[in-house]
Amino acid sequence: MAKKASSSSQGTDGPRGRQGGAEPAAGEQRPFVWTRKDLLGLDELSAEEIVHVLDTAESFREVSTRSIKKVPALRGKVVALMFFEDSTRTRMSFELAASRLSADTMIFTAKGSSVAKGETTLDTVRNVEAMGVDVFVIRHSQAGAPHLVSRKVAASVINAGDGPHEHPTQALLDIFTMRQRLGGVAGRRVAIVGDIAHSRVARSNILGLRKLGAEVVVVGPPTMVPSAITAMGCEISHSLDDVLGEVDVINMLRIQFERFGGSLFPSLREYSKVYGLNSQRLSRCRKDVLVMHPGPINRGVEITSHVADGPNSCILQQVTNGLAIRMAVLYLVTQTHGTGEAG
Amino acid sequence: MHDLFITNGRVIDPSAGLDEVADVTISGGRIVRVGKLRGKARRTIDACGMIVCPGLIDVHVHCREPGHEEEETIKSAAAAAVAGGFTTICAMPNTHPPLDDEPAINYVIQRGRQAGLARVLPVGCITKGREGKELAEMGLMAEAGAVAFTDDGEGVTSSSIMQRAMQYARMLDTALMQHCQDPDLAGGHMNSGAVAVRLGLAGLAAAGEEIMLRRDLELVERTRCRYHVQHVSSAGSVELLRQAKAEGLPVTAEAAPHHLLMTDAACMNYDPNYKMNPPLRSARDVEALRSGVADGTIDCLATDHAPHSAEEKEQEFSLAPFGIISLECALGLYVKALIDSGAMDWPALIARMTANPARVLRRPWGTLAVGCEADVTVIDPNRCWTVKVDQWRSRSRNCPYDGWKLTARAVATIVAGKVKYEG
Repeated sequence: MAKKASSSSQGTDGPRGRQGGAEPAAGEQRPFVWTRKDLLGLDELSAEEIVHVLDTAESFREVSTRSIKKVPALRGKVVALMFFEDSTRTRMSFELAASRLSADTMIFTAKGSSVAKGETTLDTVRNVEAMGVDVFVIRHSQAGAPHLVSRKVAASVINAGDGPHEHPTQALLDIFTMRQRLGGVAGRRVAIVGDIAHSRVARSNILGLRKLGAEVVVVGPPTMVPSAITAMGCEISHSLDDVLGEVDVINMLRIQFERFGGSLFPSLREYSKVYGLNSQRLSRCRKDVLVMHPGPINRGVEITSHVADGPNSCILQQVTNGLAIRMAVLYLVTQTHGTGEAG
Repeated sequence: MHDLFITNGRVIDPSAGLDEVADVTISGGRIVRVGKLRGKARRTIDACGMIVCPGLIDVHVHCREPGHEEEETIKSAAAAAVAGGFTTICAMPNTHPPLDDEPAINYVIQRGRQAGLARVLPVGCITKGREGKELAEMGLMAEAGAVAFTDDGEGVTSSSIMQRAMQYARMLDTALMQHCQDPDLAGGHMNSGAVAVRLGLAGLAAAGEEIMLRRDLELVERTRCRYHVQHVSSAGSVELLRQAKAEGLPVTAEAAPHHLLMTDAACMNYDPNYKMNPPLRSARDVEALRSGVADGTIDCLATDHAPHSAEEKEQEFSLAPFGIISLECALGLYVKALIDSGAMDWPALIARMTANPARVLRRPWGTLAVGCEADVTVIDPNRCWTVKVDQWRSRSRNCPYDGWKLTARAVATIVAGKVKYEG
């Protein structure tokens, strides 16, 4: 396989403007006011805001250990889970997070709904909003759909994955897990392996990790790794073997072979052989390397069972932490309600 | 007694190399004199401080009629045209049904006459139903008044069909206009590059445009037909055209205002009013297009005015259709892109909106020559104004320029001696 590593470059400032800045020094406590009505992506969050979500999630983690796993933070609020695209764990995680915060939830799935009858995304959302909704959690196959909705509704909008664009709560829970296991992410080196071009998980992770001072190297064949991704501040490698020994975290993405097989890579067999994480490759990694996967796993394709279920894997811990992250995000966006401030 | 005097204006007529303060006399719908006034006229327009030039011609307008009259009609497009200073527009054939036969061409001509505003010249399809499979009746359409041919919206993929269309176009001495896009590299929503990667949107690479242009240039070399490239968007295409012209190929090209003014960074908020095909590209492409227009590689300025209803445009970026409207502010946009930037002067700009497009169409407009039909545009080159899309004559509102401040606009538009617009 060709080996190429291009140098990392800082992302250029987009029209929305981003606040850079490093992770605040540990122990430094200063009052932080969350002002965002929406969570559309990590692109618009500052490092300080990301850390604030993580810290808030930390405080919510304890709720799940109680015998009565519920707090009244969102009592009387309505959370609508709008899943225009299929999802299992994200939907269940958001649903449980909302109910642990005592919110009422409504679940919408595109299948068998008015969307199947040709209703547009905006009409569907506006109709649901007319029932009195405080927060929309939106999963959609089209990049930018939550942004479109956020411009048209008064309720908060949380992006639960929009096409290949962003999946901010997934990246937040990934970073949360890394912080938990590694003590912090600044200065750490993270490999993200797989179909970067079509991965919202990769984009949100790159953005979040870079803002918190981690190094990111994305790994995959050039058909899956657009060269322009370096503008987001990451490096590119086409050889998994080359990066194994130098990283603290390996985040394996799911190969969506049912969608792209045959056009993005020659065969599953070849992909698995060159880019799959197996015990042999794991043995060449640092002893304490963290193995992550956003799920669902294709066992034996991008990751073998031995690695996925082994001691370096934190795949289930990611799922557990997802709940705390989603509670934190639901809590934070609703704190802005009634203040007249827009995110 | 003459019909109309236009006095004391800076008369710029690139077809005659004219640029001087003069008076224009119009009578019986024709230009009678450019120079000193003689006799009297029923009406006088004082053009002191203004530019007086041949009526502006836009070779690329989507009138949407027949089929999508909720978005635009021939009448509303013609009204928008005269408000923007255009006396002639070319109607693209990707209507429903498409303009692919003689009755359809006749229909557009008739509706244009009924509107009685700007001249509306139909462009016929190259292939039946714009399907790229069989040649449309180009000969009959040309006879009926089709001024050129294109399958705009799609490029003609088949090399053999394209070659035959070129042979026909050569015989008919009409321009063959091509929307260069390799369909195998289509399917994206915005320019390929860092912005598309960041937004998670599929890209439309410049290579898709350049591959088809390269193939077509090979065919032009063999058929010698008059070949016109629509909405050139990439630096690579400009270079290909520059070479083709240096080799003496009968090639012309147009550039749209958005490609001269904006980059793909404008897509960052997923606003479909920045979605068009070809897409907004990089700053390097914008620079190359501006110099291409300045050095004559790109002959014409054309809006690609593409109306869409709010229902269609107010969608997810990837689901929204391509295209924006700009007839009513195009002149000001060109001035911003090309004169304010120092790329060219007024006579050069006006040539690309009058004499050059007239030459592509082989029509006798775009000139103030004595005896010609009096299509005249009076421009205030120092009028600061703000684009207010909700006041436009177009039926659609899909325009990213709302609120833009521009410094020039048409103040009178005269078609065949009749004042069709004053502002």
